[in-house]
Amino acid sequence: MSAGGDHIVSPKIYVTIWLILLAFTGITVAAAYQNFGIFNPIIALTIACTKATLVILFFMHVKYSPKMIALVIGCGLFFLSILMVLTCADYLSRAWIM
Amino acid sequence: MSTATQTSLALEMPSDTYLNSSYGVKSWFLTGDHKRIAVMYIVSISLMFLLGGVFATLVRLELLTPAGDLFQSDTYNKLFTMHGVVMIFGFLVPSIPVTIGNFLIPIMVGARDLAFPKINLASWYIYIIGMIFMLAAIISGGVDTGWTFYTPLSTQYLTTHVMFTAIGILIAGFSSIFTGLNFIVTVHRMRAPGMTWFRLPLFVWSNYAASIIMVLGTPVLAITLILVALERGLHIGIFNPALGGDPVLFQHMFWFYSHPAVYIMILPGFGVISEIIPCFARKRIFGYSAIAFSSIAIAVFGFLVWAHHMFIAGISTYSALIFSFVTFLVAIPSAIKVFNWTATLYKGSIHFDTPMLYALAFIGLFTIGGLTGLFLGAIGVDMHVTATYFVVAHFHYVMVGGMLVAYLAGMHFWWPKMTGRMYPEAPAKLSALIVFIGFNLTFFPQFILGYMGMPRRYHSYPPEFQVLNVLSTAGASVLAVGLLMPMFYMLWSLKYGEIAGNNPYRATGLEWQTTSPPPTHNFHETPIVTQEAYDYESQTEEVEVVG
Repeated sequence: MSAGGDHIVSPKIYVTIWLILLAFTGITVAAAYQNFGIFNPIIALTIACTKATLVILFFMHVKYSPKMIALVIGCGLFFLSILMVLTCADYLSRAWIM
Repeated sequence: MSTATQTSLALEMPSDTYLNSSYGVKSWFLTGDHKRIAVMYIVSISLMFLLGGVFATLVRLELLTPAGDLFQSDTYNKLFTMHGVVMIFGFLVPSIPVTIGNFLIPIMVGARDLAFPKINLASWYIYIIGMIFMLAAIISGGVDTGWTFYTPLSTQYLTTHVMFTAIGILIAGFSSIFTGLNFIVTVHRMRAPGMTWFRLPLFVWSNYAASIIMVLGTPVLAITLILVALERGLHIGIFNPALGGDPVLFQHMFWFYSHPAVYIMILPGFGVISEIIPCFARKRIFGYSAIAFSSIAIAVFGFLVWAHHMFIAGISTYSALIFSFVTFLVAIPSAIKVFNWTATLYKGSIHFDTPMLYALAFIGLFTIGGLTGLFLGAIGVDMHVTATYFVVAHFHYVMVGGMLVAYLAGMHFWWPKMTGRMYPEAPAKLSALIVFIGFNLTFFPQFILGYMGMPRRYHSYPPEFQVLNVLSTAGASVLAVGLLMPMFYMLWSLKYGEIAGNNPYRATGLEWQTTSPPPTHNFHETPIVTQEAYDYESQTEEVEVVG
């Protein structure tokens, strides 16, 4: 546990990340008032993923942790992508049948 | 094996064990000792098993006659739902990992405890809280969605206690995650000197594989249940078409967890069998690496087959083809295990002790369960038999004929290690035989019923199905006798059983090198491992390992 746990992150970085997260929340709200058509969900999900990445990297200390931790998180994301890709494959290919 | 019988008169119980290191309620409920937590889990899941068994008994009694004369249809719906929920989430998912796994994995890897003892204790409390929610749902009227909670039935049309039950399952899921996390970290970080990955017992490999699924899959179930709650409670449209949702999305998310969950249940059972077969065949296991890697392959491929539960749910034909193909692929690592166990038996010096009887029953019953799974993975056959008793029979051949039989095998095998005393061999063999006969009499007729077209989840059926249903109910009563017997004779053995000694089976593995029962910290000195896991063939008659 020591490799990641020993790293001391300065309050300045925490505050900076927090402000960035607040800014993205503001962008999310602002984007909700605009109609980007097909890009609506894409924009919302991009913002959400960016925020999640910042939280994982800085607040959860993955940026400062051993590579094994990153590997574990990568595995989780990989399996999540299996769920999404194969589920979407079903939805997208339903219309192909004659 | 007669070793214990021959030498028990000369044996004494060790003075320093995890059972007598401290006394009082507090010493158990605040313990960090993985062995005590395992014992607490054994009691807890046994109670849930009894409860699930009561529901199963009532279901089988209703199906004795074609007319729905014992229960109203609504009550019957609740009975089979609660049987499924209690058995799956209260017994089958935790079962081997939290009991035998909890007790043995630290000892098998040569550690003093699991990596996170407090998280281990927390997992038990979380499990209990989850079960309290489930029991509250049952006592306050029950739930009738089926254990699958299909939407929009569960989110819109039913007024039973879906939320209570879902919360219970959600909470119990965290217990599962905690256990999986503990096992993964323990296996990675706490192996004794010399305990390389390929010296690990196969029980550890299989629990490690199951832990991967627990950690990766269970959160998806949690998310799915939260979404059901959001739709049911706040009417946010996610699964209900009337609210703009998609019911098939629920099935995708539910089965993404619940199919791998079947492997959470059965993989530790594979591990038990891999320990017992070489011990009672007195042979090195055939194909150690193949069995080890097949566990990992099952864990990975198990995540790629979920939509075979949805062939009639309106999924795309192309998608169904892919899922059907991958379903056939996942049979390969399972078959690798069965062939390797069988090859281990070949020219072995086989001893038909109770654990071995259960292990042999497992091979036969799991093979039937697995092969009928291939029937269901074939789209054409599945269209015919889906949602019939064929599926019920297949599932029970894997879960009861496989998992439960493996659990019983493991409990008998390691009972002397856990308690320091032997179970009585004669009634144990008799119970194994009764379980085997009762099980087949209960569930084999259901294959035929399903093939003939009898749907599951109905409390009445056409009269032509009665003979097979009577056979099935009769078998269930035989099975119940076989399952109740161990509860009595194992409790009896706690006081009157012969003292087992450290290694009554002359088995390999670190758990047999410490005392029975083990001391609180498992070993008086950290073991140093210099041998492979199943070196039975070089073992001499004089080997009597002392901790």
